[in-house]
Amino acid sequence: MYKRPFFWIVLAVTAIFALVPGISGDVSLRESLLLGAVYIVLASNLNLMIGYTGYVNFGNIAFFGLGGYLGMYMVTVLHWPLWLASLIAGACVSLLALLLGLGILRLRGAYFALATIGIVEAVKALVANLPAFGGASGMYLSFSSFAPLGGPRHALWIVYFAIVALMGVSLLLSLAIKNSKFGLGLFAIREDEDAAIVLGVRAPWYKSAIYAISAFIPAMVGTLYFFKNGVILPDQAFDLTLSIEAIVMLMLGGQGTVFGAAFGAFVYEQFRGFLLVSPTFSQFQLVVAGVLLLAIVLFLPGGFTGWLYRRLPKLRKVLE
Amino acid sequence: MNEILKVSGVGKRFGGVRAVHQVSFHIGEGEIYGLIGPNGAGKTTLFNLINGVIRPDEGRVEFRGQDITGMQPYRVVRLGLSRTHQIVKPLNDMTVLENVTVGACFGASNLSLKAAHSVAYDVLKLVDLNDRSEHLAGELNIAGKKRLEIARAVAAQPGLLLLDETLAGLNPTEVGRMIEVIRRLRDERGIAILMIEHLMQAIMGLSDRVMVLNFGEMLAEGSPEEIANDEVVIEAYLGDPDLTHKILEMST
Amino acid sequence: MYDVIASLASGLLVGAIYGLAAIGLTLIFGVMKVINLTHGAMIALGMFALYFLVSVAGFNPYLSLLPILAGGFVVGVMVYWIAVNRVIGSSDLMSLLATFAVNMILIGAGTALWTTSPYNVNFSLPGISWHGYTIPGTQILAAILAIIIAAALYGFLYHTRTGKAVRAVASNRQAAELMGIPTRRILAIAFGLGIAVASASGALIATLFPFTILSGGSYELKSFVVTVLGGLGNPAGALLGGILLGLIEGGVAPFVDVSWTPVIEFTLFVLILLAFPSGLFRIGKGR
Repeated sequence: MYKRPFFWIVLAVTAIFALVPGISGDVSLRESLLLGAVYIVLASNLNLMIGYTGYVNFGNIAFFGLGGYLGMYMVTVLHWPLWLASLIAGACVSLLALLLGLGILRLRGAYFALATIGIVEAVKALVANLPAFGGASGMYLSFSSFAPLGGPRHALWIVYFAIVALMGVSLLLSLAIKNSKFGLGLFAIREDEDAAIVLGVRAPWYKSAIYAISAFIPAMVGTLYFFKNGVILPDQAFDLTLSIEAIVMLMLGGQGTVFGAAFGAFVYEQFRGFLLVSPTFSQFQLVVAGVLLLAIVLFLPGGFTGWLYRRLPKLRKVLE
Repeated sequence: MNEILKVSGVGKRFGGVRAVHQVSFHIGEGEIYGLIGPNGAGKTTLFNLINGVIRPDEGRVEFRGQDITGMQPYRVVRLGLSRTHQIVKPLNDMTVLENVTVGACFGASNLSLKAAHSVAYDVLKLVDLNDRSEHLAGELNIAGKKRLEIARAVAAQPGLLLLDETLAGLNPTEVGRMIEVIRRLRDERGIAILMIEHLMQAIMGLSDRVMVLNFGEMLAEGSPEEIANDEVVIEAYLGDPDLTHKILEMST
Repeated sequence: MYDVIASLASGLLVGAIYGLAAIGLTLIFGVMKVINLTHGAMIALGMFALYFLVSVAGFNPYLSLLPILAGGFVVGVMVYWIAVNRVIGSSDLMSLLATFAVNMILIGAGTALWTTSPYNVNFSLPGISWHGYTIPGTQILAAILAIIIAAALYGFLYHTRTGKAVRAVASNRQAAELMGIPTRRILAIAFGLGIAVASASGALIATLFPFTILSGGSYELKSFVVTVLGGLGNPAGALLGGILLGLIEGGVAPFVDVSWTPVIEFTLFVLILLAFPSGLFRIGKGR
């Protein structure tokens, strides 16, 4: 891994994310980069399903939201420390994904995509109906929850660094998988699942494994993100629009590469931030995203990275 | 000679159609066994029944003495049974090397990525694709794709290779080269081969024994000469007996 | 007891509309192997079209179905040429994303124009009363019209030349092309028909219940459930599947809160797909 130039690029970017706001103390920069880091986590884990394995997970946000809810429950009701809640939430959601996957991963292509669309709506309805999770009014954090982390201001910085660290881990994980035997099997499944099976790839296991893996870090980040926000509501946690935007980010940057996922997420986040502020466009967020997605699908299916590789083939080995 | 494959009374129905019925035969280690018959005779279905893509309704398939009837294809490959497809299935957006590496990684030996790469290079040399190892599989022409298909299956280090019409669509030079490759697979690597072919010169020249399938049932089985002389076979499939003999003479 | 029966009867009637909606989805899939993710948005557009024709322009709701069908067809053909045609040969992922992108554009524009407030087309018809429960006349008429539209579509597919061409392309596109059928144009027509039927079903739903721009989504989920009940690509199965779903909903409604519906439907969806990958009803040729 250390021989790969992109490994060092990831480390450098993670360091920049951590150090620049950390040293300057600039809170608004921190908030902007935090959102960027969250999106990068979502997009790069989604990439494992879409870009590596060829299975479109429209419901990727379910992992993030469930992680948020489980984590919030553990912190507010069980009074567990944040780091533990985050880890356990990640593990639980991963396990749930494994179980869910046993069912829906048997479905091919479009059927699978449809099932995942249903998942978000179903999980949202389920959570909204459970009193333990606060029902439709959600859950919220009291100030005392920030005490173990040294008070609210300190806590926000800790959460930020944790999320940035998880972003780095996510990217490195994607990189490792891409260059492993496991990754090779996933790519084979993406290209032609039946051929892959005949070649000896244990497709059912591989798919289940990657689905569960792709749930872990987003769930952990979900816990941290909603902890930082202090409140979690069903519509926010299971925001189908964000789920879709994750797909747009991935396609924009170029699915199948780690760089593509990260780049697409970051650029889209900046663009989206600009859109939401501008009075004319804020209404049309979904429309703009839709037009962007359509344009990419019709004219540039490889996204930015695909275009870049065609222009400068040498970059293939560097920006993985 | 040891038996590597034993098929006993295998059959499959699709709705009302009997695609394969009561087919029984065996192949020895290092043997080249030809499978011929008119289109729709059930040859590819038989392949699918052997390597687990479809589960037989009746009968047994044994590989090196082990019952593999209805076993998942990814397990069958691990035991040493590979196959190619009639309509080739290249992994298009992956390179030629990556394609063959997949075959090597997930085949009979549980190889690491690095070990698989060297096996892959080796096999690519055998089928003469090593100068195109970095090309995307989707960019190859049909002959290249066919060679890739074989390379992938061979990289799994099989004891038995199922070849489904590997010569279809190739020009005479390519056919000659492919026949050489197939012969070398058996001669140099000891791989047994079960091949479906329509090209008479190839099948008759390469095979140690031949089986004729018609409407899902075995019509005849024997040496190429015996098959060429079999009246029932001639009537059902081969056509002109004199021409068949001439082809047989030319290929030996 | 009577409440359950009334609920079931209502479910049966509404189910016919579900069936019509699902026919739109399954037709497109059957002909071009594309899962139309604009389906929900088109249902919603049909709802709004009815609203504007009836509550704003004052037309008769049922006569409005004709321009809505025509309009839906035109929109469908346009969407086909703009978004779908280029990705017809590509992977499933691309066509999914293409139609999904159009869906985002439509829903986004709709939300911007009409917000997510509920709209209602206000009128009613005398219904059938029975043991204290009333089946609204609007439901009965909507069900009848849904079946008429489905029958008309059937007539088109089986008794006109273009309809036969559509079925030929659905069966084997290459062969149809070799026989001189202009496949791209037929695909556009098929897509247009699917959208027309979807928007008509939306209009019919609008005669029964209030709606928002986002309502299409839940009917889209119902359509997916119905198509897997009936088998993707099987219009007759879709109609029966719709009625079955309506009956299930009717049977469950008196006992369970409506907010559980997405959970139940999603579970049903996955369970059916796992048990019957080719659908429950195999009427005629299944896929």
